[in-house]
Amino acid sequence: MNRTAEKKEKTPKSWANTGNYLKRYWQLYALLALPMIYLVVFKYAPMVYIQIAFKKYSIVKSIWTQPLAKNFGFEYFIKAFSNNDFRYALKNTIVLNLLDLFFGFPAPILFALILNELCFKKFKRVVQTIAYMPHFLSWVIIYSLALQLLAPNAGLVNMVIKKMGFEAIPFLNDAFHWVGTYISFGVWQNFGWGSIVYLAAIAGINPELYEAASVDGAGRFRKIWHITLPGIKPTIVILLIMNLGNILGGGFDRPFAFQNNLVMKVADVIATYVYRVGIKGLQFSLTTAVGLFQSVVGVFFLLMANWISRKMGERGIW
Amino acid sequence: MKVKSSKDVVYDWVFVVICVLISLICVVPMINLLAKSLSGTDYLIRNEIYLLPKGFNLNAYTTVLKDVKYVRAFFWTVFLTVVCTVLSLTMTTLCAYPLIFEKLKGRGFINVFITITMFFNAGTIPNYLLMKQLGLLNNPLVLILPGCLSVYNMIIMRSFFYGIPDSLRESAEIDGATFFQIMVKIYVPLSKPVYATLALFYAVGRWNSYSDALMYMKEAKFYPLQLLLYNILNNINQVEVATQEGFSAPGLSESLKAAIVMFSTIPILLVYPWLQKYFIHGVTLGAVKE
Repeated sequence: MNRTAEKKEKTPKSWANTGNYLKRYWQLYALLALPMIYLVVFKYAPMVYIQIAFKKYSIVKSIWTQPLAKNFGFEYFIKAFSNNDFRYALKNTIVLNLLDLFFGFPAPILFALILNELCFKKFKRVVQTIAYMPHFLSWVIIYSLALQLLAPNAGLVNMVIKKMGFEAIPFLNDAFHWVGTYISFGVWQNFGWGSIVYLAAIAGINPELYEAASVDGAGRFRKIWHITLPGIKPTIVILLIMNLGNILGGGFDRPFAFQNNLVMKVADVIATYVYRVGIKGLQFSLTTAVGLFQSVVGVFFLLMANWISRKMGERGIW
Repeated sequence: MKVKSSKDVVYDWVFVVICVLISLICVVPMINLLAKSLSGTDYLIRNEIYLLPKGFNLNAYTTVLKDVKYVRAFFWTVFLTVVCTVLSLTMTTLCAYPLIFEKLKGRGFINVFITITMFFNAGTIPNYLLMKQLGLLNNPLVLILPGCLSVYNMIIMRSFFYGIPDSLRESAEIDGATFFQIMVKIYVPLSKPVYATLALFYAVGRWNSYSDALMYMKEAKFYPLQLLLYNILNNINQVEVATQEGFSAPGLSESLKAAIVMFSTIPILLVYPWLQKYFIHGVTLGAVKE
């Protein structure tokens, strides 16, 4: 670019400049148009309806003209927290997520470490393929597998237990056992898939470290402890942050598929509570308030977890 | 290669045994189900089926395949999956490609605009009310449109695009190619691995989800396979199921349930192993910090 042209570009931000820029880049904006419309319509437009958490909802009036609910609009939040069903759902959400974290989080790390110790490459590949399988099953299918395996009479596990002379265990019909079953199948579904990230992190560790450790006489387990684990620590921390940020979240598909009437006291979580009371029971304001509470606390937890990890000298997720 | 000590060899085999056990835990439920779906009614009633079918027969499968309801739901789900996958891949490309241009004005704002939707969701009820407002309740489009772009998948694709050397793009620009041409002629053909991965993610996601149909769809003829399966497992419309089987022997019902589950799982089980090396790469890309 010669001097005069450079000078021309420096002249006060002219429309000609913008015109040139647009002439060149309009295509990119055109390409972005559809995705942006999608986000506005399906991700941002629903946010308009959040206001009904603070309003007396009625189907006949427009949401903008509905009157504010009692207690400065916080009527439904107060109502939710004084409602026993919601309090159970809140408690169950936190308890099940914490149990998932406690059992489900270390499982992929352990599995990745075990896989990494396998020295038969073909065998390793087969084990991986099999371990990824549960991730591709829907929760409805997994529940049906659980039914077939754990049913009191016809289930494989109870058939074996009875053959050995013990009493059948009510895996799906008793609160305590249900929680165990629910958590176990969560681990079952995710341990293989979750290990992919850790395996990639392990593959990124400098092999010279292992060689040096071998020369120094370090055994297999010392190498895992002093090289592999520190090597994947950043990955572990990031995934832990994501999980902690999600302590009040959690999907709908898994709990809803596993629930039955006998165990609702421990199985009802916020997502299924909102569906039951909101969409089925038409209490829109109440359940929107619950949903808003869940989203806001979720964002707050995520920010907190990120902040703590940065304070501890790890990188955060942003 | 140094010689391994005997202690090391023992540990090698210990790890092999552990992995065999883990693999068994993964496949035993499926094998049990397969055995039940292929077994005779008498054996099922007497609870004699472990991992091998007894009284081998294909009655359950022929019942499923003869039943219009299942076959219809199957093809409807296949159709939905194909349409959703193609649409989603298109949308994902349209979103990911422009964002790799650092000179794009407003890129920072657009990134924030997109990222917010990852962390803050309006919630179930606002989404439901929006669908109602848009006239999408009980409309088959509700199973297609709301999920047609995943920001997470978009980030995976964008990471992959970043890996394509800028020089390729710049030389094409010098040759006078438009940005659209560069996308179609360079980026899309060079990104087959990421398309394979995301096609799998979107397809499996659509194939496996039932909650959207549960919430937004009342018309049974538009139920995807998974919702149909959910209703069968929970004995919703139990009478209907019993009469369609012709007789209500519990054994057949068990093997029928098993056959329906197999029927709706087999397509995925046939596909995913072939895409393994792609999706491993895709998951890894998704984990890379921007």
